[in-house]
Amino acid sequence: MELLSGADMIARFLQDEGVERIYGYPGGAALHIYDALFRQDKVKHILVRHEQAATHAADGYARASGKPGTVLVTSGPGATNAVTGIATAYMDSIPMVVLCGQVASHLIGEDAFQETDIVGVTRPIVKHSFAIKHPSEIPEVLKKAYYLAATGRPGPVVVDIPKDMTAPTERYEYVYPKKVKIRSYNPVTRGHSGQIKKAVDMMLKARRPVFYTGGGIVTSGASESLTALVKRLGFPITTTLMGIGSYPQTDGQSLSWLGMHGSYEANMAMHHADLIIAIGARFDDRVTNNTSKFCPTAKIVHVDIDPSSISKTVRADVPIVGPADSVINEMISLLQGREMANAEALPEWWSTIDGWRAEREGKLYEPSQPGERLKPQEVVEAVYHITRGEAYVTTDVGQHQMFAAQYYKFDKPNRWITSGGLGTMGFGFPAAMGIKQNFPDDVVVCFTGEGSFQMMMQELSTCKQFGTGVKIINLNNGTLGMVRQWQDLNYKSRHAHSYVESLPDFQKLIDAYGFTALKVERHDELDAALERTFADNDELVFLDIDVDPREHVYPMQVPLGAMRDMLLSKTERT
Amino acid sequence: MRHIISILLENEPGALSRVVGLFSQRNFNIETLNVAPTEEPSLSRLTVTTEGDDRVIEQITKHLNKLIDVVKLVDLTEGNHIERELMLVKVKALGASRDEVKRTVDIFRAQIVDVTPSVYTVQITGDAGKLDAFIQAMAPIGILEVARTGVSGISRGDKILGL
Ligand SMILES: Cc1ncc(C[n+]2csc(CCOP(=O)(O)OP(=O)(O)O)c2C)c(N)n1
Ligand SMILES: [Mg+2]
Repeated sequence: MELLSGADMIARFLQDEGVERIYGYPGGAALHIYDALFRQDKVKHILVRHEQAATHAADGYARASGKPGTVLVTSGPGATNAVTGIATAYMDSIPMVVLCGQVASHLIGEDAFQETDIVGVTRPIVKHSFAIKHPSEIPEVLKKAYYLAATGRPGPVVVDIPKDMTAPTERYEYVYPKKVKIRSYNPVTRGHSGQIKKAVDMMLKARRPVFYTGGGIVTSGASESLTALVKRLGFPITTTLMGIGSYPQTDGQSLSWLGMHGSYEANMAMHHADLIIAIGARFDDRVTNNTSKFCPTAKIVHVDIDPSSISKTVRADVPIVGPADSVINEMISLLQGREMANAEALPEWWSTIDGWRAEREGKLYEPSQPGERLKPQEVVEAVYHITRGEAYVTTDVGQHQMFAAQYYKFDKPNRWITSGGLGTMGFGFPAAMGIKQNFPDDVVVCFTGEGSFQMMMQELSTCKQFGTGVKIINLNNGTLGMVRQWQDLNYKSRHAHSYVESLPDFQKLIDAYGFTALKVERHDELDAALERTFADNDELVFLDIDVDPREHVYPMQVPLGAMRDMLLSKTERT
Repeated sequence: MRHIISILLENEPGALSRVVGLFSQRNFNIETLNVAPTEEPSLSRLTVTTEGDDRVIEQITKHLNKLIDVVKLVDLTEGNHIERELMLVKVKALGASRDEVKRTVDIFRAQIVDVTPSVYTVQITGDAGKLDAFIQAMAPIGILEVARTGVSGISRGDKILGL
């Protein structure tokens, strides 16, 4: 039996839980914990420069590794700074544990210095939260926090820790709880067999089927089984923005991703399908467009671990509550020895789809000429080639995010890292930092915009301290491009506050932090700059590229329309 | 349609705020809310009445079930059930209306539980409809104050909502 203070229990627990790196920022209420971390060397602490970055870095790590990220912040402003990152993780179902210092128990409720009711503030954006009431409960509460964060539909869990709970003078018995049980929490382990049979029968009878799969495939590590199922059936597949990479995008059956800025063929295929097999996706408004016009001829099979995602916005004909991996595997075994009822229909369906593919070919943007400014799409394609499609790619939010999603092709899951649900500008750079620190041998690229980058650029200092070699590709259009695009389309080009006057000289800025920055103004300068950028994988390089500010992201679904209603360029509409 | 949802909730700090927060966060409405500990000290029982079509009620029960503090729940309106609410009402009781109040109280099988020269305090239990009817009957005489507990309910027969 071991007697430890609350603070030492936290440090010990993190070790025993196998947490290698935590992201945080100290302050009064967390100092006992920081002292405990100082007196050990197994768990590494990364000191960020803003607590929001700690959450994004932990989140990036979680998305890339599939394991929960860990954050440590102090009370009050430390905790409130973390709120945006907690919401970001919540919206994308990312496992994360956020340890928040809190003022001492006897001060709670007295508006004490740096007191914020962080459990209250974060209530709608966490999977669950705990407040520690006695030091002796720390091991069990932390175990529950990690268990809840990582299982079922994952999500962030906040643990509020009043300062007296970690006092060095009070010691209690510490035992690492190998397992915990929560009586009201029993995530399903398999889907309903009868429903799965029904779904399989529908698949075999379908004439125009399409798979529509989401982040749930990535989170549950079901990519391999999904790929086997899709290959076995020969159906087309489209993923959500969050599901990119869960099926190899360079494979012929992939229609790439769907929705507002999704591919023409994916949106067309959805609209005309007679069967949609949705797995780990949630029919959100950026996918469905107008739900009353959504896929008029399709029956819908919907598999999800979270029953509340099923029939939330679009009614499912065959709902299946269960983990993607096990349901898919059950489908595969039920398919054994069985054949499509209308064998002639599938090739016809494919030729319709190939027709759509041909229709959009070369329509979406016009390449630049050697002496001209680059198109952002071209830059993404060039980065794709030089990294051979193998990089971890994070993004911020805006046009550059959509271009990155459209023109970088992912053949593996967990490589495409973007804030899909909340759309948080400022996410990309700290997320890239978190990934690079945990996967130092891999190439980590952050596509950003000059607007987004300025929201979290202080993390250059963190990268300096920890020698973090991320590659930052700034698609600099000198404007809040996505906002400007909406203003062009909906407000007669009245650009209310969507341009950024007085941008910093990024060269000097990056130089001030001791890193290399390169500038590309013309098409013909790109290749050499990319060579230089990716020459040394350990070096942070900031590549500032002037791109055409007039470019819009296409396709773009027409608001209130059906899936098939899209703008294909400034002049062409379906 | 109006639904009565009965919930067994962990008797933990913050649990109630999660339930209430869920309703406002997701734009569901709460008509009445009633909560108290049960015979098992670790559990509270909470009853909500809410209004919504089948789709909305399905979402409400699914989201409630997702809350870690919610141990079990039942939509009582799906089966036979008993619904009760308790109300305390202060009514003007002066002159001729004193007798009138007393008569109405008897008709409703309510009780006068406190008396002053000008005011009767009445206690009445029943389903929400009965309580509404009593308020209507008393309105012309003069209602001074109303305190209702909100609906509590339980299913009929052998069905049990327990651990
Ligand atoms: C924190 C935050 N604030 C505001 C927005 C709204 N928003 C979405 S895209 C965008 C413009 C982003 O500009 P930039 O980073 O330069 O990217 P671009 O669209 O130009 O590629 C804005 C302001 C947001 N998504 N996140
Ligand atoms: Mg921009």
